Amino acid sequence: MDLINPGSGLIFWQLFGFLGLLFILIKFAWKPMLAALEERESSIQNALKAAESARNEMANLKADNEKLLAEARLERDVILKKAQEASVKMIEEAKNEASKVAALQIENAKAVIETEKKAALTEVKNQVAILTLEVTEKLLRRNLTDEKAQKALVDEFIKDIKLN
Amino acid sequence: MTRKLLTFSLLLSAFMLGFANPTFASDSEEDKTSFIMHHVVDSHEWHFATIGQTHVTLPLPVIVYSADRGLEFFKSSDFQNHDTHKFGKEYAHEGYFIDDHDRLGRVDGASFIELSITKNVVMMFIVMFLVAYLALSAANYYKKNGAVAPKGAAAILEPIVIFVRDEIAQKSIGPKYKKFVPYLITLFLFVWFGNLLGLLPGAANLTGNIAVTMVLAVLTFIITNVNGNKEYWKHVFMTPGVPPLMLLIIVPVEIIGLFTKPFALMVRLFVAITAGHIVILGFIALAFIFESITIGVVSTVMVTFINIIELLVATIQAYVFTLFSAMYIGSAVAEHAHDDHH
Repeated sequence: MDLINPGSGLIFWQLFGFLGLLFILIKFAWKPMLAALEERESSIQNALKAAESARNEMANLKADNEKLLAEARLERDVILKKAQEASVKMIEEAKNEASKVAALQIENAKAVIETEKKAALTEVKNQVAILTLEVTEKLLRRNLTDEKAQKALVDEFIKDIKLN
Repeated sequence: MTRKLLTFSLLLSAFMLGFANPTFASDSEEDKTSFIMHHVVDSHEWHFATIGQTHVTLPLPVIVYSADRGLEFFKSSDFQNHDTHKFGKEYAHEGYFIDDHDRLGRVDGASFIELSITKNVVMMFIVMFLVAYLALSAANYYKKNGAVAPKGAAAILEPIVIFVRDEIAQKSIGPKYKKFVPYLITLFLFVWFGNLLGLLPGAANLTGNIAVTMVLAVLTFIITNVNGNKEYWKHVFMTPGVPPLMLLIIVPVEIIGLFTKPFALMVRLFVAITAGHIVILGFIALAFIFESITIGVVSTVMVTFINIIELLVATIQAYVFTLFSAMYIGSAVAEHAHDDHH
């Protein structure tokens, strides 16, 4: 056959063969394939976008967290400082109160002691006076000449006093 | 690497000299190179090899339509000598004959249309079957698995499909590219597979046949002009920025330009592929012309080298054919006016 003279048979078969191939492939191969490719590309695009937005959100969250943390730290410091101050103040106040109360109590105690002391001294004085009176009365009443007897009597009286 | 290549070439050349010698060891120089043209052009039978006096061939159907006799079917072996497998006028069968240049003729000289399944038609069916098989199994994968990462046939085809879609169609056609992507992918795969399979020993030179490239170029021409918009036709018949008198010259040039584009497509692919085949076969023929083992070794090394280049050319030509088709379509559907076109 000729090199540059196209054969009619080959033209015929090539034309209809290629058109048939084109028809079959467009319908059953390229349409589903191109659709699948497009679908996949868009899904990848969406996934990338989602990842990007998730990353941004994460960054925002992290920044928020840090901000919150910093705020919390600041607040904690303030609270701690206040607490410290309050405790120092309270201790001071307690100390003052305690020393005041103690001074008052000491004062009271001193006063009571003084009163008691005075009362006791009065009592003792009274008792001595009474005893003296009694001893004198008994001595006088017995009317004793005997020295010995007198002495025994005095001893007996003294014993009585002790029993009292 | 080089040593391996040389050893391989030596073995190959010894092998080729060994069994191809009887075919080509004739006396005249003409006979020693005639197999080149015989391989490059189409044929009514598929001749694989000649071992001794035995021809390994596949007889193909010969289909003829004529106004007076209607549609007729024959076998190519009806028209040849059974021993020598030679065609000739003397082996005429039922009023038809195939001459010694493998052309069908009618004894009484009346007109007829030949629709034979020639070697190239069979080759075309093989290429189409492979392309269709690959494409359909790839599509099947997506149908089964949805839009997931590709595997198998889909993994082979996907980069090609994406390349044609993004690098060829989208860049050359513009925003309206989607409609033309299926045609361009089919075109690319058909031409590419045709180019590659044509390089196989014993295969037919399908994409180096002018009828095949003509049909493809005509399809691109039809698609281009059917989709041509107002601006495209305005550019042809009322070229903007040209004085009215000049239009008398410019318009015919533009109209001729419409046809030179597909003509260039047709010739480029045909010439590139056919020339490659002729160069390879020419180097093989050198061994038989000089009848020297040394030349055989050298020519086999060259054949190996050119075969590797031809693999590259096969891909580049498929790309170029598709790219230019896309550019012609792109020029027809482009929206913006491009005055810098010339």
